[in-house]
Amino acid sequence: MADMMTVRLKVNGVAHEGRCEPRKLLVDFIREDLGLTGTHVGCEHGICGACTIIVNGESARSCIMLAVQADGAELMTVEGLMQDGKLHPLQEAFREHHGLQCGFCTPGMLMTALDFLRTNPSPSDREIREGISAVLCRCTGYQGIVNAVRAAAATLRGGR
Amino acid sequence: MTDPRSVGPAALPRLVGARVARREDPRFLTGQGSYVDDHRPARLLYAAFLRSPQAHARIVAIDASAALALPGVTAVLTGEEIARASKPVRAASKTPAVKVTSFPPLALGKVRHVGEAVAMIAAENRYVAEDAVERIVVEYEPLPLITDMERALEAASPLVHEEAGTNLLVAREFARGDVDAALASAAVVVRERFRFHRHTAICMENRGCLAEYATGSGTLTLRSSAQCPGIVRDVLTDLLDMPEHQIRVIAEDVGGGFGAKASLYPEEIATCVMARRLGRPVKWIGDRREDLLATTHAWDEIIDAELGLDRDGAIVGLRAQVTADIGAYSIYPWTAAIEPVQTISFLPGPYRVPTYRGRTRGVATCKTPLGPYRGVGRPPAVFVIEGLMDRAARRLGLDPTEIRLRNFIRDEDFPYKSPSGIVWDRASFTASLLRAREAMDYDAVRAEQARARAAGRWLGIGVASYVELTGIGSAIPVAPGVPIATGTEAATIRVDPAGKVTAVFGVASHGQGLETTLAQIVADEVGVPIEDVRVLHGDTALSPYGTGTYASRSLVLAGGAAIMAGRAVREKMLTIAGHLLEADPADLVPAAGRLAVRGMPDRSVTVREIARAAYTGVKQLPKGLEPGLEATRFYDPYYGTASNATHLAVVEVDRATCHVSVLRYLVVEDCGRMVNPLIVDGQVHGGVAQGLGAALLEEIVYDEHGQLLSGTLMDYVVPSACEVPWMEVHHLETPSPVTLGGFRGMGEGGTIGAPAAIANAVADALAPLGVEVAELPVTPERIFRLVSRGP
Repeated sequence: MADMMTVRLKVNGVAHEGRCEPRKLLVDFIREDLGLTGTHVGCEHGICGACTIIVNGESARSCIMLAVQADGAELMTVEGLMQDGKLHPLQEAFREHHGLQCGFCTPGMLMTALDFLRTNPSPSDREIREGISAVLCRCTGYQGIVNAVRAAAATLRGGR
Repeated sequence: MTDPRSVGPAALPRLVGARVARREDPRFLTGQGSYVDDHRPARLLYAAFLRSPQAHARIVAIDASAALALPGVTAVLTGEEIARASKPVRAASKTPAVKVTSFPPLALGKVRHVGEAVAMIAAENRYVAEDAVERIVVEYEPLPLITDMERALEAASPLVHEEAGTNLLVAREFARGDVDAALASAAVVVRERFRFHRHTAICMENRGCLAEYATGSGTLTLRSSAQCPGIVRDVLTDLLDMPEHQIRVIAEDVGGGFGAKASLYPEEIATCVMARRLGRPVKWIGDRREDLLATTHAWDEIIDAELGLDRDGAIVGLRAQVTADIGAYSIYPWTAAIEPVQTISFLPGPYRVPTYRGRTRGVATCKTPLGPYRGVGRPPAVFVIEGLMDRAARRLGLDPTEIRLRNFIRDEDFPYKSPSGIVWDRASFTASLLRAREAMDYDAVRAEQARARAAGRWLGIGVASYVELTGIGSAIPVAPGVPIATGTEAATIRVDPAGKVTAVFGVASHGQGLETTLAQIVADEVGVPIEDVRVLHGDTALSPYGTGTYASRSLVLAGGAAIMAGRAVREKMLTIAGHLLEADPADLVPAAGRLAVRGMPDRSVTVREIARAAYTGVKQLPKGLEPGLEATRFYDPYYGTASNATHLAVVEVDRATCHVSVLRYLVVEDCGRMVNPLIVDGQVHGGVAQGLGAALLEEIVYDEHGQLLSGTLMDYVVPSACEVPWMEVHHLETPSPVTLGGFRGMGEGGTIGAPAAIANAVADALAPLGVEVAELPVTPERIFRLVSRGP
């Protein structure tokens, strides 16, 4: 077994330190070592986007990053979206517009949409579709998701 | 069986029919879902499987010594060892149409497809388990192999299962009338060889399971990403020779199923055997490569079909032969027959077909087993019949909508018995097509198409109408000859002493939102706010006997059971309330959470007070009334009920790239009485997106050596948000006359209609070139070949 390495990072504002093999995927570190199971593993080859999280402010796929690469980074996962016991406007909108069914792609979809709306606060539907095309959903046909992201964009623009 | 006509309105009919936001959403939105892989009990071992690189080979020797020598590796399991702990799976059938063959949990003697599980490792973590898998040395002796379903039928072909003596594992025929004479005298006969290629479901959650064996009590608990915990529990009882009450199967949150998680899988058995052997929890979570290699594939059929019509465009006969590549194994419980028999059963569609002969064949090859996937048999069946209808319309100079209107089973024909024996209770074929035409402004779109064509654009309009059998009861097996109980489901509704309601079901929601829709029904029936109802499902230890969620059955069967159990509870509440209020129960009227005497709102009692009396205030109960406030009821809809829809697609084929863009998509569907239109819309949207993938993008590809070429999501392309169009969904609500509540199943329909609608739209776009679409997916490459070759 290879030498263990120390990984120090912040997740959802909380500092963590762990030791793992250099080959350990970031998503496995988050799920197994930190116990944050909201981030899901869908393909392990960077296509489906279920494992998408925010790394240093930008969306990234945690299944094609090693945990050691995230040493010193600030991460945000789906568990960090809710603030003060209140759902984030994206979460509210996904519920209201039926933007999820089985829920498995949902964490990656939310993180992707969060980053997308940060860079494009007033998107067209076409832009929303391109923005979320980094995450595959097999249940919804994307229609509820597009509606939800559009609605959340309006709420977020409305000054929060 | 309860006569649906005898059922009056619910106690408090407020929620059924409303767009209630889903109750399961908050946990999914906050990362608090509870999927199999989220569970890590103490002393957990992680499993990995060695999978065959060969499509057909004899296993000469397996040497796992180097794997076992690796630090952190606990155990290895091979086919010979597991054969001592579990029987092989044999998907039995009551019909002689199916030849029963064995499916060993780990390959025994030989491998029959690339990706077949050969050995299993249990280790301290997944990384080490995979290291160990690479160190297992297997000596294979390659055998002649077969990957072509038609060549597999030749006498000299190598056999996939020697015990069967043939690769033809399924053969069945349906007939009505003299179709040969009808076609011989038909004014027009259209014929085609259709090819619906191999697909797979791609649930975003890969399959996985976690087994724990408690050595002290002798109980086995299996968490699995399964749609059918009841079926898995029942078969494990037999395979592992354990009593049923010692096995608990839990399917808590499941990340999509679409039919592909409705079968028993070898990994479930192996994980149970390993956990029992080691007395430690063992978890296996498949990766995407394993999903593409070893989750059941779908459809993969060649259909030769001929349709005869008279001069007016009325169908006189349909003759067809289906050949399905069922892969290497007959899957449990559905058998190899499920796909080919379903296709030939539903081929006549929503039409009056006076003469019919449908033959079907299921052929074993050295590929991943074929299993159910959303629509089962009907996506190919509808592609074929709707493709033939369009060919006939072109020959007769009729509009495609007109030829359908001339042939639909008419409203006065119901109940209508189809040539394969299926009875359609009532449906809205004509109304759905007329509504679709109107909603799209069909004539205007045709005019736009004429202008586009004049400008040299390839614009096409496709129509597809279909009917599906849903909510199937005990009179018909869900798959041919399957000897398990697929026709009933139960509900237990329990009001606790605090007046809150728990409703437990044997079905297993995996995205359908049953925690919401069933709660809507229960709240209305018992007469309580939905906040006071909790729905539990997907756990064999909690629920009354049931099998699970598949075949568009759950809302019909579990919903019917909820109505029955809810009414039993309600009746007892009325009795107790009447006693407490010294009033005739018939004079009590419901309000939210309470019952009051008619015209005297002050004289009322709350559900909580009634429940408290039922359990603890036994002296307050009418003499002789049994304490407690709960009921379990089983529902059997007996035959099942029809759901139908018409899909309209407008597509444009790019002349330079042959890329197909879906410009408009419209669905008019009829699932009877809707419980939650928000959820119905979502099911249609998702189904259409999968049908679009099947029509344009997705294809499982093998080479001639049986090697899977589409082994990643870069090669097996499922639609992203960019490929899926905006979908316009309209509803007709023709309540089913044969199910409690008037519900019809609707989980699969979108995928049944969409491949045909899109194929017909592409064909219509290319019609000026004189070419037909007979093969799906109709990829840019296939379109390029079609338009290059010409008619």
